[in-house]
Amino acid sequence: MKPNIHVKDKVAIVGAGLTLFRRRMLETSRELAWEAAREALESANLELKDIDCIVIGSAPDAFDGVHLKGEYLADGSGAISKPMVRVYVGGGTGVMVPIAAWWHVASGLCRTVLAVAEEKMSPAHPHPQGVFAYIWDPVVERPLGPNLLWIFALEMRRYMHVCGASKEDIAIVSVKNKANALNHPCAQAAAKITVEDVLNSEVLVWPVHRLDVSPVSDGAAALILAREDIARKVTDTPIWVEGIGWTLDTTHWYNRELAYPRYVEYAARMAYKMAGIERPWKEIDIAEPYDPFDYKELHHIEGLMLAPRCQAWRLAREGYFDRTGELPTSPSGGLLGVGNPIAAAGVMKVAEIFWQLRYEAGERQVKKPVHYGVAQAWGDLMQVGTVVVLSN
Amino acid sequence: MARRIYDKEHVKAPGTPLSSKEMYQLPGTIEYTPVAKYRFTTGQALSKFLEELKRGRIAGRKCNNCGRVYVPPRMYCEFCYKPTSEWIYLEGTGTVVTAVVSYIGTARERLEKPEIIGIVKLDIDNKEPQGYDFPGLFHRFCNVSEDDVKTGKIIGARVRPRWKLEEERKGDITDIECFEPIEG
Ligand SMILES: [Zn+2]
Repeated sequence: MKPNIHVKDKVAIVGAGLTLFRRRMLETSRELAWEAAREALESANLELKDIDCIVIGSAPDAFDGVHLKGEYLADGSGAISKPMVRVYVGGGTGVMVPIAAWWHVASGLCRTVLAVAEEKMSPAHPHPQGVFAYIWDPVVERPLGPNLLWIFALEMRRYMHVCGASKEDIAIVSVKNKANALNHPCAQAAAKITVEDVLNSEVLVWPVHRLDVSPVSDGAAALILAREDIARKVTDTPIWVEGIGWTLDTTHWYNRELAYPRYVEYAARMAYKMAGIERPWKEIDIAEPYDPFDYKELHHIEGLMLAPRCQAWRLAREGYFDRTGELPTSPSGGLLGVGNPIAAAGVMKVAEIFWQLRYEAGERQVKKPVHYGVAQAWGDLMQVGTVVVLSN
Repeated sequence: MARRIYDKEHVKAPGTPLSSKEMYQLPGTIEYTPVAKYRFTTGQALSKFLEELKRGRIAGRKCNNCGRVYVPPRMYCEFCYKPTSEWIYLEGTGTVVTAVVSYIGTARERLEKPEIIGIVKLDIDNKEPQGYDFPGLFHRFCNVSEDDVKTGKIIGARVRPRWKLEEERKGDITDIECFEPIEG
Protein backbone atom coordinates (compact mmCIF):
# COMPACT_ATOMS: atom_id res chain seq x y z
CA MET A 1 0.00 0.00 0.00
CA LYS A 2 1.29 3.48 -0.87
CA PRO A 3 1.41 6.08 1.86
CA ASN A 4 -1.37 8.61 1.46
CA ILE A 5 0.34 11.76 2.55
CA HIS A 6 2.92 14.17 1.25
CA VAL A 7 5.49 14.79 3.94
CA LYS A 8 8.00 17.56 3.40
CA ASP A 9 10.60 16.15 5.77
CA LYS A 10 11.05 12.64 7.11
CA VAL A 11 11.14 12.57 10.92
CA ALA A 12 13.10 10.38 13.35
CA ILE A 13 13.26 9.97 17.08
CA VAL A 14 16.90 10.35 18.13
CA GLY A 15 16.75 10.50 21.93
CA ALA A 16 14.62 9.60 24.92
CA GLY A 17 14.74 10.17 28.67
CA LEU A 18 12.63 9.35 31.70
CA THR A 19 12.57 10.16 35.41
CA LEU A 20 11.69 7.56 37.97
CA PHE A 21 7.94 6.91 38.14
CA ARG A 22 6.87 6.96 41.79
CA ARG A 23 3.78 7.58 43.93
CA ARG A 24 5.32 10.77 45.40
CA MET A 25 8.39 12.69 44.31
CA LEU A 26 10.27 15.52 45.96
CA GLU A 27 10.73 17.29 42.61
CA THR A 28 8.20 19.86 41.43
CA SER A 29 6.44 19.41 38.09
CA ARG A 30 8.91 21.66 36.30
CA GLU A 31 11.90 19.94 37.93
CA LEU A 32 10.56 16.58 36.74
CA ALA A 33 10.20 18.02 33.22
CA TRP A 34 13.79 19.31 33.37
CA GLU A 35 15.20 15.97 34.56
CA ALA A 36 13.49 14.02 31.76
CA ALA A 37 14.39 16.60 29.10
CA ARG A 38 18.02 16.64 30.21
CA GLU A 39 18.18 12.83 29.99
CA ALA A 40 16.72 12.92 26.48
CA LEU A 41 19.14 15.61 25.29
CA GLU A 42 22.12 13.76 26.77
CA SER A 43 21.04 10.49 25.15
CA ALA A 44 21.17 12.23 21.75
CA ASN A 45 24.37 14.20 22.54
CA LEU A 46 22.45 17.41 21.93
CA GLU A 47 22.07 20.64 23.84
CA LEU A 48 19.13 22.98 24.13
CA LYS A 49 20.68 25.33 21.55
CA ASP A 50 20.26 22.50 19.00
CA ILE A 51 16.49 22.44 19.58
CA ASP A 52 14.16 24.62 17.48
CA CYS A 53 10.73 23.99 19.03
CA ILE A 54 9.15 22.53 22.16
CA VAL A 55 6.03 20.41 22.53
CA ILE A 56 4.64 19.82 26.02
CA GLY A 57 1.98 17.34 27.10
CA SER A 58 0.28 17.09 30.44
CA ALA A 59 -3.13 15.80 31.51
CA PRO A 60 -5.70 17.64 33.69
CA ASP A 61 -4.39 20.76 35.44
CA ALA A 62 -6.19 19.68 38.60
CA PHE A 63 -3.59 16.98 39.40
CA ASP A 64 -0.62 19.32 39.66
CA GLY A 65 -3.01 21.94 41.02
CA VAL A 66 -1.71 24.63 38.65
CA HIS A 67 -3.68 26.03 35.73
CA LEU A 68 -1.79 27.08 32.58
CA LYS A 69 0.25 23.94 33.14
CA GLY A 70 1.95 24.15 29.74
CA GLU A 71 3.24 27.62 30.54
CA TYR A 72 4.17 26.53 34.06
CA LEU A 73 6.25 23.68 32.63
CA ALA A 74 7.83 25.89 29.97
CA ASP A 75 11.12 26.73 31.70
CA GLY A 76 11.75 23.19 32.90
CA SER A 77 10.98 21.95 29.38
CA GLY A 78 13.52 24.24 27.74
CA ALA A 79 10.87 26.41 26.07
CA ILE A 80 12.05 29.89 27.04
CA SER A 81 12.18 32.11 23.93
CA LYS A 82 11.26 29.19 21.66
CA PRO A 83 8.00 28.30 19.88
CA MET A 84 6.14 26.09 22.36
CA VAL A 85 2.73 24.44 22.42
CA ARG A 86 0.99 22.18 24.92
CA VAL A 87 -1.26 19.43 23.63
CA TYR A 88 -3.99 17.76 25.65
CA VAL A 89 -6.30 14.84 24.90
CA GLY A 90 -6.70 13.33 28.38
CA GLY A 91 -4.95 10.00 28.83
CA GLY A 92 -4.24 10.02 25.09
CA THR A 93 -1.91 13.00 25.61
CA GLY A 94 1.28 10.96 25.98
CA VAL A 95 1.20 9.66 22.42
CA MET A 96 -0.23 12.99 21.17
CA VAL A 97 3.06 14.61 22.23
CA PRO A 98 5.23 12.83 19.61
CA ILE A 99 2.37 13.19 17.09
CA ALA A 100 2.45 16.98 17.52
CA ALA A 101 6.26 16.97 17.54
CA TRP A 102 6.14 15.00 14.27
CA TRP A 103 4.03 17.56 12.43
CA HIS A 104 6.28 20.39 13.66
CA VAL A 105 9.20 18.70 11.87
CA ALA A 106 7.40 16.97 8.96
CA SER A 107 5.88 20.31 7.89
CA GLY A 108 9.33 21.87 7.59
CA LEU A 109 8.60 24.33 10.40
CA CYS A 110 11.25 23.04 12.84
CA ARG A 111 14.37 20.96 12.37
CA THR A 112 14.36 19.56 15.89
CA VAL A 113 11.74 19.27 18.64
CA LEU A 114 12.12 18.51 22.32
CA ALA A 115 8.88 16.79 23.34
CA VAL A 116 8.23 16.67 27.10
CA ALA A 117 5.40 15.05 29.05
CA GLU A 118 4.93 15.45 32.78
CA GLU A 119 2.41 14.49 35.43
CA LYS A 120 2.50 15.03 39.17
CA MET A 121 -0.52 13.39 40.71
CA SER A 122 0.60 13.37 44.35
CA PRO A 123 -0.38 16.95 45.28
CA ALA A 124 -4.08 16.02 45.18
CA HIS A 125 -4.38 14.26 48.52
CA PRO A 126 -5.16 12.01 50.28
CA HIS A 127 -6.01 10.39 46.92
CA PRO A 128 -6.14 12.00 43.45
CA GLN A 129 -9.21 9.96 42.48
CA GLY A 130 -11.42 12.74 43.84
CA VAL A 131 -10.04 15.11 41.19
CA PHE A 132 -11.47 12.89 38.48
CA ALA A 133 -14.95 13.98 39.65
CA TYR A 134 -14.64 16.96 37.32
CA ILE A 135 -14.44 14.95 34.14
CA TRP A 136 -18.10 13.87 34.42
CA ASP A 137 -21.01 15.69 32.83
CA PRO A 138 -22.29 18.09 35.50
CA VAL A 139 -25.98 17.60 34.67
CA VAL A 140 -26.63 13.91 34.01
CA GLU A 141 -23.59 12.19 35.57
CA ARG A 142 -22.19 14.02 38.60
CA PRO A 143 -25.45 13.88 40.62
CA LEU A 144 -24.98 10.07 40.70
CA GLY A 145 -21.69 10.47 42.61
CA PRO A 146 -19.54 8.50 40.17
CA ASN A 147 -16.02 7.24 40.82
CA LEU A 148 -13.62 7.13 37.88
CA LEU A 149 -13.27 3.36 38.24
CA TRP A 150 -16.99 2.89 37.47
CA ILE A 151 -16.55 3.62 33.81
CA PHE A 152 -13.64 1.19 33.50
CA ALA A 153 -15.47 -1.50 35.42
CA LEU A 154 -18.53 -1.03 33.19
CA GLU A 155 -16.41 -1.33 30.07
CA MET A 156 -14.47 -4.32 31.41
CA ARG A 157 -17.73 -6.08 32.34
CA ARG A 158 -19.07 -5.42 28.86
CA TYR A 159 -15.89 -6.75 27.24
CA MET A 160 -16.06 -9.88 29.42
CA HIS A 161 -19.69 -10.44 28.46
CA VAL A 162 -19.35 -9.87 24.73
CA CYS A 163 -16.00 -11.64 24.33
CA GLY A 164 -16.49 -14.45 26.85
CA ALA A 165 -13.39 -13.54 28.87
CA SER A 166 -13.11 -14.39 32.56
CA LYS A 167 -11.45 -12.39 35.33
CA GLU A 168 -8.60 -14.93 35.24
CA ASP A 169 -8.07 -14.43 31.50
CA ILE A 170 -7.76 -10.69 31.97
CA ALA A 171 -5.52 -10.88 35.06
CA ILE A 172 -2.88 -12.57 32.88
CA VAL A 173 -2.08 -9.13 31.41
CA SER A 174 -1.39 -7.63 34.84
CA VAL A 175 0.88 -10.56 35.72
CA LYS A 176 2.76 -10.22 32.40
CA ASN A 177 3.23 -6.45 32.55
CA LYS A 178 4.30 -6.26 36.18
CA ALA A 179 6.91 -8.97 35.47
CA ASN A 180 8.10 -7.21 32.29
CA ALA A 181 8.71 -4.09 34.38
CA LEU A 182 11.22 -5.85 36.64
CA ASN A 183 14.01 -4.73 34.31
CA HIS A 184 12.78 -1.19 33.80
CA PRO A 185 14.95 1.43 35.54
CA CYS A 186 11.96 3.67 36.31
CA ALA A 187 9.40 1.08 37.39
CA GLN A 188 7.11 1.76 40.32
CA ALA A 189 4.94 -1.38 40.36
CA ALA A 190 7.20 -4.12 38.99
CA ALA A 191 6.47 -7.44 40.69
CA LYS A 192 6.37 -11.16 40.28
CA ILE A 193 2.73 -11.92 40.97
CA THR A 194 0.22 -14.60 40.02
CA VAL A 195 -3.30 -14.54 38.64
CA GLU A 196 -4.47 -15.53 42.13
CA ASP A 197 -2.79 -12.45 43.61
CA VAL A 198 -4.81 -10.26 41.24
CA LEU A 199 -8.07 -12.06 42.07
CA ASN A 200 -7.35 -11.87 45.80
CA SER A 201 -6.45 -8.18 45.82
CA GLU A 202 -8.95 -5.64 47.17
CA VAL A 203 -12.15 -5.41 45.11
CA LEU A 204 -12.72 -1.77 44.18
CA VAL A 205 -15.57 -1.87 41.67
CA TRP A 206 -16.28 -5.45 40.63
CA PRO A 207 -14.90 -6.71 38.23
CA VAL A 208 -11.98 -4.34 38.91
CA HIS A 209 -9.61 -5.36 41.70
CA ARG A 210 -6.68 -3.26 42.89
CA LEU A 211 -4.11 -5.27 40.89
CA ASP A 212 -6.15 -4.86 37.69
CA VAL A 213 -5.30 -1.14 37.88
CA SER A 214 -2.10 0.84 37.28
CA PRO A 215 -0.82 2.94 40.18
CA VAL A 216 -1.01 6.71 40.65
CA SER A 217 2.35 8.28 39.82
CA ASP A 218 4.60 11.32 39.57
CA GLY A 219 7.01 11.33 36.65
CA ALA A 220 8.17 12.83 33.39
CA ALA A 221 9.37 11.60 30.00
CA ALA A 222 10.91 13.28 26.98
CA LEU A 223 11.80 12.55 23.35
CA ILE A 224 13.91 14.32 20.74
CA LEU A 225 12.54 14.34 17.19
CA ALA A 226 14.66 15.53 14.27
CA ARG A 227 14.60 16.07 10.52
CA GLU A 228 16.20 13.26 8.51
CA ASP A 229 19.52 15.02 7.73
CA ILE A 230 20.04 16.00 11.36
CA ALA A 231 18.91 12.60 12.62
CA ARG A 232 21.52 10.85 10.45
CA LYS A 233 24.20 13.22 11.77
CA VAL A 234 23.49 12.66 15.46
CA THR A 235 22.95 8.90 15.45
CA ASP A 236 23.63 5.72 13.49
CA THR A 237 20.27 4.33 14.54
CA PRO A 238 17.50 6.89 14.03
CA ILE A 239 14.04 5.46 14.65
CA TRP A 240 11.65 6.68 11.97
CA VAL A 241 8.16 7.94 12.65
CA GLU A 242 6.33 6.12 9.86
CA GLY A 243 2.76 6.91 10.72
CA ILE A 244 0.62 8.89 13.14
CA GLY A 245 -3.09 8.82 13.81
CA TRP A 246 -5.62 10.07 16.30
CA THR A 247 -9.40 10.28 16.54
CA LEU A 248 -12.04 11.12 19.10
CA ASP A 249 -15.49 9.71 19.82
CA THR A 250 -18.29 11.40 21.79
CA THR A 251 -18.19 11.95 25.58
CA HIS A 252 -21.63 10.26 25.67
CA TRP A 253 -19.89 7.00 26.56
CA TYR A 254 -23.06 5.20 27.66
CA ASN A 255 -24.62 5.75 24.24
CA ARG A 256 -22.32 3.36 22.41
CA GLU A 257 -20.94 -0.18 22.38
CA LEU A 258 -18.11 -0.33 24.92
CA ALA A 259 -16.83 -3.81 24.02
CA TYR A 260 -14.80 -2.41 21.11
CA PRO A 261 -12.85 0.89 20.87
CA ARG A 262 -13.90 2.08 17.42
CA TYR A 263 -11.93 5.33 17.86
CA VAL A 264 -8.67 3.39 18.43
CA GLU A 265 -9.25 1.46 15.21
CA TYR A 266 -9.82 4.68 13.26
CA ALA A 267 -6.63 6.21 14.72
CA ALA A 268 -4.70 3.02 13.93
CA ARG A 269 -6.01 2.91 10.35
CA MET A 270 -4.83 6.48 9.85
CA ALA A 271 -1.34 5.65 11.15
CA TYR A 272 -1.04 2.33 9.30
CA LYS A 273 -2.11 3.92 6.02
CA MET A 274 0.57 6.56 6.37
CA ALA A 275 3.12 3.88 7.22
CA GLY A 276 2.06 1.70 4.29
CA ILE A 277 1.02 -1.12 6.60
CA GLU A 278 -1.81 -3.29 5.28
CA ARG A 279 -1.81 -6.25 7.64
CA PRO A 280 -0.80 -4.92 11.06
CA TRP A 281 -1.27 -8.33 12.72
CA LYS A 282 1.55 -9.62 10.51
CA GLU A 283 3.66 -6.52 9.89
CA ILE A 284 3.89 -5.11 13.43
CA ASP A 285 6.63 -6.85 15.42
CA ILE A 286 6.16 -5.25 18.80
CA ALA A 287 3.50 -3.11 20.48
CA GLU A 288 2.92 -0.86 23.46
CA PRO A 289 -0.88 -0.71 23.74
CA TYR A 290 -2.19 1.55 26.52
CA ASP A 291 -2.75 -0.45 29.71
CA PRO A 292 -4.05 1.68 32.61
CA PHE A 293 -6.13 -1.45 33.38
CA ASP A 294 -5.31 -5.02 32.35
CA TYR A 295 -8.42 -5.49 30.18
CA LYS A 296 -7.57 -2.20 28.42
CA GLU A 297 -4.46 -3.77 26.88
CA LEU A 298 -6.60 -6.52 25.34
CA HIS A 299 -9.21 -4.01 24.22
CA HIS A 300 -6.54 -1.89 22.55
CA ILE A 301 -4.73 -4.86 20.96
CA GLU A 302 -8.04 -5.53 19.19
CA GLY A 303 -8.59 -1.85 18.33
CA LEU A 304 -5.05 -1.76 16.87
CA MET A 305 -6.04 -4.79 14.77
CA LEU A 306 -3.19 -6.88 16.17
CA ALA A 307 -5.70 -9.60 17.05
CA PRO A 308 -9.19 -10.39 15.78
CA ARG A 309 -12.05 -9.05 17.88
CA CYS A 310 -12.57 -10.89 21.17
CA GLN A 311 -9.48 -13.04 20.54
CA ALA A 312 -6.82 -11.02 22.39
CA TRP A 313 -7.54 -12.73 25.74
CA ARG A 314 -7.23 -16.17 24.14
CA LEU A 315 -3.88 -15.25 22.58
CA ALA A 316 -2.69 -13.75 25.88
CA ARG A 317 -3.37 -17.10 27.56
CA GLU A 318 -1.15 -18.81 25.01
CA GLY A 319 1.75 -16.44 25.71
CA TYR A 320 1.43 -14.77 22.30
CA PHE A 321 2.01 -11.31 23.83
CA ASP A 322 4.85 -12.31 26.20
CA ARG A 323 8.34 -10.90 25.75
CA THR A 324 9.27 -14.24 24.18
CA GLY A 325 6.01 -14.47 22.22
CA GLU A 326 5.05 -13.86 18.59
CA LEU A 327 3.94 -10.29 19.20
CA PRO A 328 5.33 -8.91 22.47
CA THR A 329 3.06 -6.24 23.99
CA SER A 330 4.07 -3.80 26.72
CA PRO A 331 7.63 -5.16 26.97
CA SER A 332 8.37 -2.04 29.05
CA GLY A 333 6.03 -3.29 31.74
CA GLY A 334 3.41 -0.77 30.70
CA LEU A 335 1.43 1.45 32.99
CA LEU A 336 0.60 -1.56 35.15
CA GLY A 337 4.28 -2.20 35.84
CA VAL A 338 6.25 1.00 35.22
CA GLY A 339 3.54 3.33 36.52
CA ASN A 340 1.00 5.84 35.28
CA PRO A 341 2.01 9.51 35.43
CA ILE A 342 -0.62 10.03 32.76
CA ALA A 343 0.99 11.97 29.89
CA ALA A 344 4.49 10.76 30.80
CA ALA A 345 3.28 7.15 30.67
CA GLY A 346 2.29 7.51 27.01
CA VAL A 347 5.70 8.93 26.14
CA MET A 348 7.33 6.12 28.13
CA LYS A 349 5.57 3.67 25.79
CA VAL A 350 6.91 5.42 22.69
CA ALA A 351 10.38 5.50 24.30
CA GLU A 352 10.20 1.73 24.85
CA ILE A 353 9.49 1.07 21.16
CA PHE A 354 12.41 3.43 20.38
CA TRP A 355 14.80 1.42 22.59
CA GLN A 356 13.49 -1.93 21.38
CA LEU A 357 13.90 -0.98 17.71
CA ARG A 358 17.49 0.12 18.48
CA TYR A 359 18.11 -3.15 20.35
CA GLU A 360 19.01 -1.06 23.40
CA ALA A 361 16.42 -2.41 25.82
CA GLY A 362 19.00 -4.64 27.50
CA GLU A 363 17.34 -7.15 29.80
CA ARG A 364 13.93 -6.14 28.43
CA GLN A 365 14.88 -6.66 24.77
CA VAL A 366 12.37 -8.97 23.07
CA LYS A 367 13.70 -12.22 21.67
CA LYS A 368 12.55 -11.81 18.06
CA PRO A 369 13.97 -9.42 15.44
CA VAL A 370 12.02 -6.17 15.29
CA HIS A 371 11.39 -3.78 12.40
CA TYR A 372 8.01 -2.15 13.00
CA GLY A 373 6.51 -1.12 16.34
CA VAL A 374 3.33 0.63 17.38
CA ALA A 375 2.60 2.65 20.52
CA GLN A 376 -0.88 3.77 21.48
CA ALA A 377 -2.60 5.76 24.18
CA TRP A 378 -6.24 6.23 25.07
CA GLY A 379 -8.10 8.84 27.03
CA ASP A 380 -11.00 10.79 28.47
CA LEU A 381 -14.50 9.28 28.56
CA MET A 382 -13.74 6.15 26.50
CA GLN A 383 -13.21 8.30 23.44
CA VAL A 384 -9.60 9.14 22.46
CA GLY A 385 -7.18 7.04 20.44
CA THR A 386 -3.64 8.20 19.67
CA VAL A 387 -1.27 5.99 17.66
CA VAL A 388 2.35 6.19 16.46
CA VAL A 389 4.06 3.67 14.16
CA LEU A 390 7.87 3.53 14.28
CA SER A 391 10.51 1.62 12.30
CA ASN A 392 14.28 1.17 12.42
CA MET B 1 28.47 6.44 18.35
CA ALA B 2 28.22 4.28 21.42
CA ARG B 3 25.06 2.32 22.09
CA ARG B 4 23.33 3.19 25.33
CA ILE B 5 21.56 0.28 26.91
CA TYR B 6 18.43 1.38 28.74
CA ASP B 7 17.85 -1.17 31.47
CA LYS B 8 18.16 -1.44 35.21
CA GLU B 9 21.78 -2.48 35.12
CA HIS B 10 22.95 0.47 33.00
CA VAL B 11 20.67 3.34 33.99
CA LYS B 12 19.97 5.17 37.19
CA ALA B 13 16.86 7.25 36.48
CA PRO B 14 16.68 10.69 38.10
CA GLY B 15 14.19 11.71 40.78
CA THR B 16 13.77 11.56 44.56
CA PRO B 17 10.95 9.29 45.75
CA LEU B 18 9.22 10.09 49.02
CA SER B 19 7.13 7.96 51.32
CA SER B 20 3.79 9.38 52.43
CA LYS B 21 5.28 10.15 55.85
CA GLU B 22 8.31 11.88 54.34
CA MET B 23 6.12 14.00 52.10
CA TYR B 24 3.95 15.26 54.92
CA GLN B 25 7.02 15.99 57.08
CA LEU B 26 8.84 18.06 54.44
CA PRO B 27 9.42 21.63 55.55
CA GLY B 28 7.23 24.18 53.81
CA THR B 29 4.76 21.95 51.99
CA ILE B 30 1.72 24.02 51.14
CA GLU B 31 -1.82 22.89 51.93
CA TYR B 32 -4.38 24.45 49.64
CA THR B 33 -8.07 23.85 49.06
CA PRO B 34 -9.45 25.45 45.91
CA VAL B 35 -12.68 27.37 46.40
CA ALA B 36 -14.63 27.23 43.18
CA LYS B 37 -18.41 27.20 43.05
CA TYR B 38 -20.25 26.70 39.80
CA ARG B 39 -23.81 26.99 38.61
CA PHE B 40 -24.23 25.15 35.34
CA THR B 41 -27.06 26.00 32.96
CA THR B 42 -28.50 22.83 31.52
CA GLY B 43 -28.86 24.07 27.95
CA GLN B 44 -31.51 23.78 25.26
CA ALA B 45 -31.82 20.02 25.26
CA LEU B 46 -31.16 18.98 28.86
CA SER B 47 -33.37 21.66 30.44
CA LYS B 48 -36.36 20.12 28.65
CA PHE B 49 -35.15 16.59 29.48
CA LEU B 50 -35.00 17.43 33.21
CA GLU B 51 -38.41 19.14 33.13
CA GLU B 52 -39.88 15.98 31.61
CA LEU B 53 -38.20 13.79 34.26
CA LYS B 54 -40.17 15.80 36.81
CA ARG B 55 -43.31 14.72 34.96
CA GLY B 56 -42.15 11.11 34.98
CA ARG B 57 -41.27 10.96 31.28
CA ILE B 58 -38.03 10.37 29.40
CA ALA B 59 -37.64 12.79 26.51
CA GLY B 60 -35.35 12.19 23.56
CA ARG B 61 -34.52 13.96 20.32
CA LYS B 62 -34.85 12.25 16.99
CA CYS B 63 -32.84 13.01 13.85
CA ASN B 64 -35.11 12.40 10.87
CA ASN B 65 -32.11 12.48 8.55
CA CYS B 66 -30.43 9.32 9.91
CA GLY B 67 -33.17 8.07 12.24
CA ARG B 68 -31.03 8.20 15.40
CA VAL B 69 -32.74 8.83 18.73
CA TYR B 70 -30.71 10.67 21.35
CA VAL B 71 -31.18 10.11 25.08
CA PRO B 72 -29.87 12.23 26.77
CA PRO B 73 -31.21 14.56 24.07
CA ARG B 74 -29.01 16.70 21.84
CA MET B 75 -30.25 19.59 19.67
CA TYR B 76 -27.80 18.56 16.94
CA CYS B 77 -27.08 15.18 15.38
CA GLU B 78 -23.42 14.30 16.01
CA PHE B 79 -23.27 12.28 12.80
CA CYS B 80 -25.31 14.36 10.31
CA TYR B 81 -24.20 17.59 11.97
CA LYS B 82 -27.65 19.05 11.39
CA PRO B 83 -30.31 20.10 13.91
CA THR B 84 -32.21 17.14 15.35
CA SER B 85 -35.83 17.13 14.19
CA GLU B 86 -38.32 16.45 16.98
CA TRP B 87 -38.96 15.51 20.60
CA ILE B 88 -40.08 11.97 21.28
CA TYR B 89 -41.08 10.33 24.56
CA LEU B 90 -39.82 6.95 25.67
CA GLU B 91 -41.43 4.46 28.01
CA GLY B 92 -38.15 4.14 29.86
CA THR B 93 -38.07 0.38 29.52
CA GLY B 94 -34.84 -1.03 28.26
CA THR B 95 -32.12 -3.66 28.28
CA VAL B 96 -29.09 -3.80 30.59
CA VAL B 97 -25.88 -3.46 28.59
CA THR B 98 -23.41 -3.75 31.46
CA ALA B 99 -23.43 -3.52 35.27
CA VAL B 100 -20.88 -3.45 38.09
CA VAL B 101 -20.71 -3.48 41.89
CA SER B 102 -19.01 -0.46 43.46
CA TYR B 103 -17.45 -0.85 46.89
CA ILE B 104 -15.99 2.68 46.82
CA GLY B 105 -17.33 6.25 46.60
CA THR B 106 -16.22 9.29 44.59
CA ALA B 107 -12.96 9.83 46.49
CA ARG B 108 -12.17 6.11 46.81
CA GLU B 109 -13.67 5.85 50.32
CA ARG B 110 -15.10 2.37 51.16
CA LEU B 111 -18.90 2.32 51.00
CA GLU B 112 -20.87 0.72 53.82
CA LYS B 113 -23.26 -0.81 51.35
CA PRO B 114 -22.03 -1.57 47.84
CA GLU B 115 -23.87 0.08 44.96
CA ILE B 116 -24.88 -1.49 41.67
CA ILE B 117 -24.47 0.74 38.65
CA GLY B 118 -25.00 0.09 34.99
CA ILE B 119 -25.99 1.21 31.53
CA VAL B 120 -29.51 0.80 30.14
CA LYS B 121 -30.17 0.77 26.41
CA LEU B 122 -33.63 2.34 26.11
CA ASP B 123 -36.42 0.92 23.95
CA ILE B 124 -37.79 2.84 20.99
CA ASP B 125 -41.42 1.88 20.26
CA ASN B 126 -41.05 -1.01 22.75
CA LYS B 127 -38.14 -2.47 20.79
CA GLU B 128 -34.45 -2.74 21.62
CA PRO B 129 -32.52 -0.56 19.16
CA GLN B 130 -29.65 -2.22 17.29
CA GLY B 131 -26.28 -0.80 16.28
CA TYR B 132 -23.07 0.67 17.73
CA ASP B 133 -24.77 3.75 19.20
CA PHE B 134 -28.10 3.89 21.00
CA PRO B 135 -30.25 5.99 23.35
CA GLY B 136 -29.35 5.07 26.90
CA LEU B 137 -28.72 6.14 30.46
CA PHE B 138 -26.13 5.40 33.07
CA HIS B 139 -27.76 4.91 36.48
CA ARG B 140 -28.11 2.95 39.71
CA PHE B 141 -29.92 -0.37 39.79
CA CYS B 142 -32.31 -1.65 42.50
CA ASN B 143 -33.47 -5.19 43.18
CA VAL B 144 -30.31 -6.51 41.56
CA SER B 145 -27.91 -8.64 43.61
CA GLU B 146 -24.13 -8.67 43.49
CA ASP B 147 -24.43 -12.21 42.21
CA ASP B 148 -26.68 -11.13 39.33
CA VAL B 149 -23.82 -8.85 38.25
CA LYS B 150 -21.04 -11.38 38.75
CA THR B 151 -22.81 -14.27 37.02
CA GLY B 152 -23.89 -11.99 34.19
CA LYS B 153 -27.59 -12.72 34.81
CA ILE B 154 -28.35 -9.01 34.83
CA ILE B 155 -26.79 -8.36 31.42
CA GLY B 156 -29.52 -8.44 28.80
CA ALA B 157 -32.20 -8.24 31.52
CA ARG B 158 -35.24 -6.04 30.92
CA VAL B 159 -35.53 -3.07 33.27
CA ARG B 160 -37.68 -0.01 33.86
CA PRO B 161 -37.19 3.21 35.82
CA ARG B 162 -38.37 3.41 39.42
CA TRP B 163 -39.56 7.00 39.76
CA LYS B 164 -39.44 9.02 42.93
CA LEU B 165 -42.82 10.21 44.23
CA GLU B 166 -44.01 13.16 42.17
CA GLU B 167 -43.73 15.63 45.07
CA GLU B 168 -40.11 14.55 45.66
CA ARG B 169 -38.93 15.09 42.08
CA LYS B 170 -36.66 18.07 41.55
CA GLY B 171 -36.00 17.98 37.83
CA ASP B 172 -32.69 16.18 37.98
CA ILE B 173 -31.37 12.78 36.97
CA THR B 174 -32.05 11.39 40.45
CA ASP B 175 -35.83 11.86 39.88
CA ILE B 176 -35.31 8.34 38.61
CA GLU B 177 -34.38 6.55 41.81
CA CYS B 178 -32.91 3.63 39.93
CA PHE B 179 -33.68 1.11 37.19
CA GLU B 180 -35.15 -2.21 38.34
CA PRO B 181 -35.85 -5.52 36.61
CA ILE B 182 -39.29 -6.05 35.07
CA GLU B 183 -40.65 -9.21 36.68
CA GLY B 184 -41.61 -12.20 34.58
ZN1 LIG C 1 -28.56 12.27 12.04
